[in-house]
Amino acid sequence: MAPKQPSGLTLTEKILGRACGREVRAGELIEAPVDLILANDITGPVAFREFERLGGLPVAHPDRVVLVADHFVPNKDIASAELAKSLREFAAAHGIERCYDPGNGGVEHALLPELGLVRPGQVIIGGDSHTCTYGALGAFATGVGSTDVAAAMATGKAWFKVPETIRVTVTGRLGPWVGAKDLALAVLARLGVDGANYMAIEYDGEGISALSVEGRLTLCNLGIEMGAKNAIVAPDERTLEYVADAVTRAGLSEAANRASLSDAAPTWTVLRPDADAVYTSSLTIDAASIEPMVALPHLPSNGRTVGQAIAAAGDIAVDQVVIGSCTNGRIEDLREAARVLKGRRVHPRVRCLIIPATRLVYLQAAREGLIEAFVTAGAIVSAPTCGPCLGGHMGVLASGERCVATTNRNFVGRMGHPTSEVYLAGPAVAAASAVAGRLADPREVVDR
Amino acid sequence: MNQDHAITGRIWKYGDNVDTDVIIPARYLNTIDPAELGRHCLEDLDPGFATAVKAGDIIVAGRNFGCGSSREHAPLAIKAAGVGAVIAASFARIFFRNAINIGLPIVESPEAAAALQAGRRVSVDLEHGLIRDLDGGGSWSVRPLPSFVLRIVRAGGLIAMIKAQNPDGDQEKGGSWK
Repeated sequence: MAPKQPSGLTLTEKILGRACGREVRAGELIEAPVDLILANDITGPVAFREFERLGGLPVAHPDRVVLVADHFVPNKDIASAELAKSLREFAAAHGIERCYDPGNGGVEHALLPELGLVRPGQVIIGGDSHTCTYGALGAFATGVGSTDVAAAMATGKAWFKVPETIRVTVTGRLGPWVGAKDLALAVLARLGVDGANYMAIEYDGEGISALSVEGRLTLCNLGIEMGAKNAIVAPDERTLEYVADAVTRAGLSEAANRASLSDAAPTWTVLRPDADAVYTSSLTIDAASIEPMVALPHLPSNGRTVGQAIAAAGDIAVDQVVIGSCTNGRIEDLREAARVLKGRRVHPRVRCLIIPATRLVYLQAAREGLIEAFVTAGAIVSAPTCGPCLGGHMGVLASGERCVATTNRNFVGRMGHPTSEVYLAGPAVAAASAVAGRLADPREVVDR
Repeated sequence: MNQDHAITGRIWKYGDNVDTDVIIPARYLNTIDPAELGRHCLEDLDPGFATAVKAGDIIVAGRNFGCGSSREHAPLAIKAAGVGAVIAASFARIFFRNAINIGLPIVESPEAAAALQAGRRVSVDLEHGLIRDLDGGGSWSVRPLPSFVLRIVRAGGLIAMIKAQNPDGDQEKGGSWK
């Protein structure tokens, strides 16, 4: 008999296999039950329309559906107010209790982990491309469109092609003033905007172990900018502690969790990739070599070190800085921004907008004195919203304006006028740029 | 539509990484009305497109068409603008899924995408997997879709397929998944 092919499974194959109740491998088309289905005020209303076309099917598991109004909230106009209203109406009509507005919620991909709803081993789909964020907690999580959300609400399952996996090993540790966003932009510059199209990205190595869960959320968030179906980090002690804390904070009892989130599954399942897992390719990056990064317009893969960008273009004057979003709106991001902004002044030409991603992040920032530091520095702090990231509202750019943003996309017209420009960076670079009035390395601003 | 079920139209040609923000900018996402979305299709890439496009015209583009957001409004806008099909060297994953799910014909062919030129007429025969350059003369065969995906296409989209599988009163009760 011929020897068997290499038999190890990646983490993504293991999670999808567990969901299907059998071994699955890259390339297979499967239908898998889903543990969590997410939609927001943009994707939800289209999903509801498609769901109604099914002609009266019930929502299979109302307790696995989460609706978050976060993109155009607080409502920017009557039309978007109607979209947000339709979330509340659909939730009420179908017994969906987890429906969040700005008053009690926040930006979905910061909110769901914070609420303890995301668990290792889950299968999660979301009507939002950055659903891949949740892979940071060892879940399989992928963005889909509204029709997929509608179908999954009705059937409790979704179809997937089991993805091949790119393994990204991060050796070493990030230096001072270098964060998960810089690492993500460096990986993105290597893989390109479609380098992981249809694939999973599995992160491992010392640099990942050393990264906080919040940093891992930032890293996995940018998986979609490489085209990835999902990005994932195997759960470790940090992961389990984070999830346990979130569950406790949310005040959910274990029994309630088991009952509400998945009848068949234990509260969470820690799966790991096999040592001989089959990867389609591997990439190793030394964290210690990474410098503060920026992605130039108009692709997230246009990553340079800030030093390289300035050397090539000279001073790059900035009109607006945005610190927030599902990528970088968590408490650690605000602390990093505050380390730069506290005791300094935002440049008079710059509008510096800081957006805590959730109500709880906002509260924590207030308790730590970060909000006062920001406002004293000349920044302004807004209610949680995706708003400016997608040119929705609360920070739309005029023609020719330039913004340094901790968000995730810098496509043409992303934040406003088609001739405006977005430079993507982490919170430290963004804050330093706000102070300098031009793209700046935080080490330059802080050491001065 | 022709007798041979081919979609025939004039080519609008674009480059790599046509993202969902230029297909339908977020400033228009406060509506879910397909006709309104169609009026702003590709506005930030080609402002004249939505008014000049004729029913059945075909978009030809490079790699990674539809990258970016999961907004289904993007294929909806293209479909509502009257576009008959999109040919690209490759599609971003979520856009591909959404197009299949809502019944926008999409065809992946790096060779055709490279050769086809703006303004010429092209036909796309989905049943036989054939792209023909009606003015330039070339033709390309297309890799067939996986059978599961073809089932969705043949049913007329994902919702139609589920509807066919769940006639009234016959659906499983929630919670049966193990």
